[in-house]
Amino acid sequence: MDWRVFLEQAPSGGMTYLGWLGSGLMWTLLVSIFAWVIAFTLGSVVGVLRTTPLRIPRAIATAYVELFRNIPLLVQMFLWYFVMPEVLPKAWGDWLKQDLPNFVELPFAQFSMWEFTAAVLCLGLYTASRVAEQVRAGILSLPQGQTNAGLAMGFTLPQVYRFVLLPMAYRIIIPPITSEFLTIFKNSSTALTIGVIELTAQSRQISEYTFKTFEAFTAATLIYIAITLTVIYAMRLLENRVAVPGYISQAGGH
Amino acid sequence: MLDFDWSVIWKSREVLWDGMVLSLKLFGIALAGGIFFGTLLALARLSSWKILSYPAAGFVNLIRAIPFIMAIFWFYFLTPMLVSKFTGQQGEAVGPFTSAIVAFILVEAAYYSEIIRAGIQSIPRGQPWAAYALGMNYWQAMGFVVLPQAFRNMVPIMLTQAIILFQDTSLVYVVGLKDFLGAASKGGQITGRIVELYLFVALVFFIICFGASWLVKRIQARYSIAR
Repeated sequence: MDWRVFLEQAPSGGMTYLGWLGSGLMWTLLVSIFAWVIAFTLGSVVGVLRTTPLRIPRAIATAYVELFRNIPLLVQMFLWYFVMPEVLPKAWGDWLKQDLPNFVELPFAQFSMWEFTAAVLCLGLYTASRVAEQVRAGILSLPQGQTNAGLAMGFTLPQVYRFVLLPMAYRIIIPPITSEFLTIFKNSSTALTIGVIELTAQSRQISEYTFKTFEAFTAATLIYIAITLTVIYAMRLLENRVAVPGYISQAGGH
Repeated sequence: MLDFDWSVIWKSREVLWDGMVLSLKLFGIALAGGIFFGTLLALARLSSWKILSYPAAGFVNLIRAIPFIMAIFWFYFLTPMLVSKFTGQQGEAVGPFTSAIVAFILVEAAYYSEIIRAGIQSIPRGQPWAAYALGMNYWQAMGFVVLPQAFRNMVPIMLTQAIILFQDTSLVYVVGLKDFLGAASKGGQITGRIVELYLFVALVFFIICFGASWLVKRIQARYSIAR
């Protein structure tokens, strides 16, 4: 084993192999965070729609969840990246594939904006279907009386959601939502199949250039573990701060 | 746009079928192995012997912290090295299918062990105590009293995990295996019609997984434990 390999000059990017790992980590985080923003907002909307009494929006939301949950993520990745530009009008498809800027001059990556965008869209929309289920479960776990009380006080249905149901639901679902974020962050590695050089891809690349497979994968694995632990720790702090008094989840309570 | 040529699917039917067979094989072996080793892992984790429970917990947490693709790469690149070290033979003989099987069984074991652990913990303490009081030993109490009930509690969530596992078989694409998705890519390269083939793959996966999750819901409604 030879860990000094990470200090050696890498053949591209004018940096060491350690720099390659850093660049991979940066792309992993960028893909995850952008996708998470989509997943959280869209997932919340879809989850709320699934609990409303409105029939047509509810049916659309259910169809969304079923569609995105029952196709493998990797297949969805290929649908966005390869199929999408072909089924759009030709001019649009060509624009996506050719005219989006390359990241070549940007931090050490040889892929284009379209690869990055497709990965973000794919992960975001896929995870939104999972977040939607968590949001729905959170809302359904609240007693019906809360909705009725809100309506009785003269709130409109949107106000009931805004001021009564959602604040409670979000506080309850922080643990499952945390694991959804960890899932997105792990799933971002599927972006390597469409050319995004994120952490897993970068470690494979280092292994190919240096034949130090064990070292390269160990380093990436440790980075994944470090991020997982950080997210869990941060979320636990948040969870304690927003815990609903009187619920079992409340820290230190009996 | 939209000048589809669906005949390529018929033309690629043999490749696609072989791919589906490989996917199903991988699925079956990973499911059986994952549940078997997952049960052992869960028992180890719940053991009062720290020498068993700590390594089991460490393994499960490690696997769950890394991406599935990373686990596949680990076994793809390291199994041949290890095999050649221990047997002195050429490591290439291992092949991507075997290393993928190993990776899948271990990853699924980690995920299933968490499900099974929750299932075992859902059984009241009094049940194993009653079994011990009747003179059963640990394995008899587990095998005849606790595990059958735990598995029954866990059937819906284990089936849901099985559907996820079936979807995850497509990840072996990254080591060049021709599973259903890999076969479609291959067919797409030959015919130059990748769009139709990927749409077809998505449709087939959707029908299978949607149908399976509908069945799971039916089973859940029908066999939910009568207490």
